[in-house]
Amino acid sequence: MEMVKLTIDNKQVEVPRGTTIYKAARQVGIEIPVLCYMDLKDLNIEHKPGGCRVCVVEVEGRRNLAPSCSTEISEGMIVKTHSIRVLNARRTVMELILSDHPKECLICAKSGNCDLQNMAIKMGIREIHDQDIAEMSTYRTDFSPAIIRDMNKCIMCRRCETMCNDFQTVGALSAINRGFMSVVAPAFEMDLEDSVCTYCGQCVAVCPTGALTEVDNTHRLVRDLSNPAKTVIVQTAPAVRAALGEMFELPAGTLVTGKMVSALRTLGFKYVFDTDFSADLTIMEEGTQMLDRLTRHLNGDKSVRLPILTSCCPGWVNFFESQFIDMLDIPSTARSPQQMFGSIAKTYFADKIKVKREDLIVVSIMPCLAKKYECTRDEFKVDGNPDVDYSVSTRELAHLIKQANIDFHSLPDEEFDLPMGESSGAGVIFGATGGVIEAAVRTAYELFTSKKLEKVDFQELRGMDGIRKATIDFDGLSVKIGIAHGLGNARKLLEDIRSGKSSYHAIEIMACPGGCIGGGGQPLHHGNFDILKKRMAALYREDNLKPIRKSHENPYIIKLYEEFLGKPLSEKSHKLLHTHYVDKSKKIIYI
Amino acid sequence: MWIKARKLFTFSTGKIPKGKQDMSRIKVELKKQDVDKIREICKSFDNQPGELINVLHKTQHTFGYLPAEIQEVVARELNVPVAKVYGVVTFYSFFSMIPKGKHPISICTGTACYVRGAENVLAEFRKILKIEVGETTADGKFSINCLRCVGACGLAPVVMVGEKTYGRVSPEMVKDIINEYEE
Repeated sequence: MEMVKLTIDNKQVEVPRGTTIYKAARQVGIEIPVLCYMDLKDLNIEHKPGGCRVCVVEVEGRRNLAPSCSTEISEGMIVKTHSIRVLNARRTVMELILSDHPKECLICAKSGNCDLQNMAIKMGIREIHDQDIAEMSTYRTDFSPAIIRDMNKCIMCRRCETMCNDFQTVGALSAINRGFMSVVAPAFEMDLEDSVCTYCGQCVAVCPTGALTEVDNTHRLVRDLSNPAKTVIVQTAPAVRAALGEMFELPAGTLVTGKMVSALRTLGFKYVFDTDFSADLTIMEEGTQMLDRLTRHLNGDKSVRLPILTSCCPGWVNFFESQFIDMLDIPSTARSPQQMFGSIAKTYFADKIKVKREDLIVVSIMPCLAKKYECTRDEFKVDGNPDVDYSVSTRELAHLIKQANIDFHSLPDEEFDLPMGESSGAGVIFGATGGVIEAAVRTAYELFTSKKLEKVDFQELRGMDGIRKATIDFDGLSVKIGIAHGLGNARKLLEDIRSGKSSYHAIEIMACPGGCIGGGGQPLHHGNFDILKKRMAALYREDNLKPIRKSHENPYIIKLYEEFLGKPLSEKSHKLLHTHYVDKSKKIIYI
Repeated sequence: MWIKARKLFTFSTGKIPKGKQDMSRIKVELKKQDVDKIREICKSFDNQPGELINVLHKTQHTFGYLPAEIQEVVARELNVPVAKVYGVVTFYSFFSMIPKGKHPISICTGTACYVRGAENVLAEFRKILKIEVGETTADGKFSINCLRCVGACGLAPVVMVGEKTYGRVSPEMVKDIINEYEE
């Protein structure tokens, strides 16, 4: 590799040719401020549109200032990152960006976590020249069931566009118009709800300002908790416990399961349950369906299409419902754990505690924004009453705990309530990419071979690579398994299936990087994927600590089938735990 | 609460004044031969996503403008998100989503016409037809566009309606010109 020598702020630097000034400066400890720039190393995404111009530096011999994020170094270059000229230009750039940005930081959802706000603080901006003549944008606000677009706060960094188009390949967002009128919007400026948006929330996760935020259900929740006529119960998704601690300054990867349960109880939930329980239930249904299709396929039944795809991830479901409508019959029909929980809670459990369906409010704590949309779907309602009333993100839960004056650190570790709080380790790992299929393998292996599975850890299914494949030996039968996280990776696997090149038996797909642990509702990781890896490790740690590691050994799942459901794929299961998929491509105007 | 807020905000962008019909949002029904024509254009560029601008250029040349329905077809043919196509169409002022009127009015605002009062003529057209430059009247009859020099500077200011040219146009003549095309 050819090395190039240059000087940055009087420091000698030697870096490979092709490096940008910004990255070269970082190597010698000089942190040039950046705003629109985003580096997601593990996804191979370096977003450097050079649009905001906050990162400008002075290069000797060059007439104008250079954007350091997108300017490559050259031999003998002399760079100044904090000359008076640079500081003045940077301040002017910031003032111009702020001039048409709403100054409502006090009531903005992103306040305290906003890159633009932090930059203004860092530069010590105290006034904006000519603010009185600055024109303000008056773009309408777009409310979808999961994501709110307030384009007046958009600074055109276009990070969301990169996530939506390059990483997720959803293609819902694009920069439109030009100059002052430019914003990021769906085609024809339709509402997000009418577009191909999957609500994966990765745009929200990278948005530097309050332009893209989640629908906030905290006020609704507080109102319901204070209503004595309602019984409010809660379920918590696996990925929440591995990330919630970050919102209380605990190091990434700290497991806060016990504290979280305790906090929820303090908040006033009558029963604190675990989505891991219904994850176990999902494995019973999905795993059985997988085995059923596999055996029929092996017996020569031509009507069975393989591979079978997982269906736990609502972002992924939205994706294939709008972009792969020719494959609606391949994914498992099993509902997601969130919806299985709601459905069982409002039938089996409601009967048990003798509460009427209308008086039972099921809330879910999710790392996900698509879950907010999922629970509003008509398929998951009985006489207009939703199985899961609404979903609250990990971030929202942290805000609620803070609002309620709960000192998270001093909370005792508490246990989930029974029966729907008991789960196996298989349910826990649902939150990490590869976890669902590993959980399914643990159960399917024993059901298929009638032998006891001695080694339950399948290292070959774990990891952070976008697409992974493994072959698992089912006592002589090689089961080929594919795993993808990120919808762009999923698209590759799907296109292989479409063209008949795919030889997998089963595929797990998660919409977000790393699986649910990297969901759109999680504490912001600001592109630091080490955080995701730590969250992932935490989930496998919890799995290891569980006395029961296989879903079908969960005693309360066994009891649920004995008392209520009969057996997996029974008529009752079909009614309560399975769903169908709809063709959403018609939403696009294409004739 | 969201539902209520939603209703309040469901008008279009700030660009279009209230009460005015947004001509770029009129539904268009494409006939099969139209779709085939677009496909042909895309194919002539090997359906390359990188040729998007060229494809749009040629498509607009064929159809006169680029309604949403045409953009959908182009997006699918080139395998690019339709949001991206719309992004390109709205970025370049050359592309238009508004159909030209039955009688497109072009006002020359080149140097000669400009100094001889083209701006006042343009203002009169805008006032009478109640549309801006680049727009089309709600009945689809007239649209206004500006152009730079038709090579008849001796006749400045020059106005063209369709293929017909009018010279030495004064604001007082505008009403009569429009009346010529009113049935």
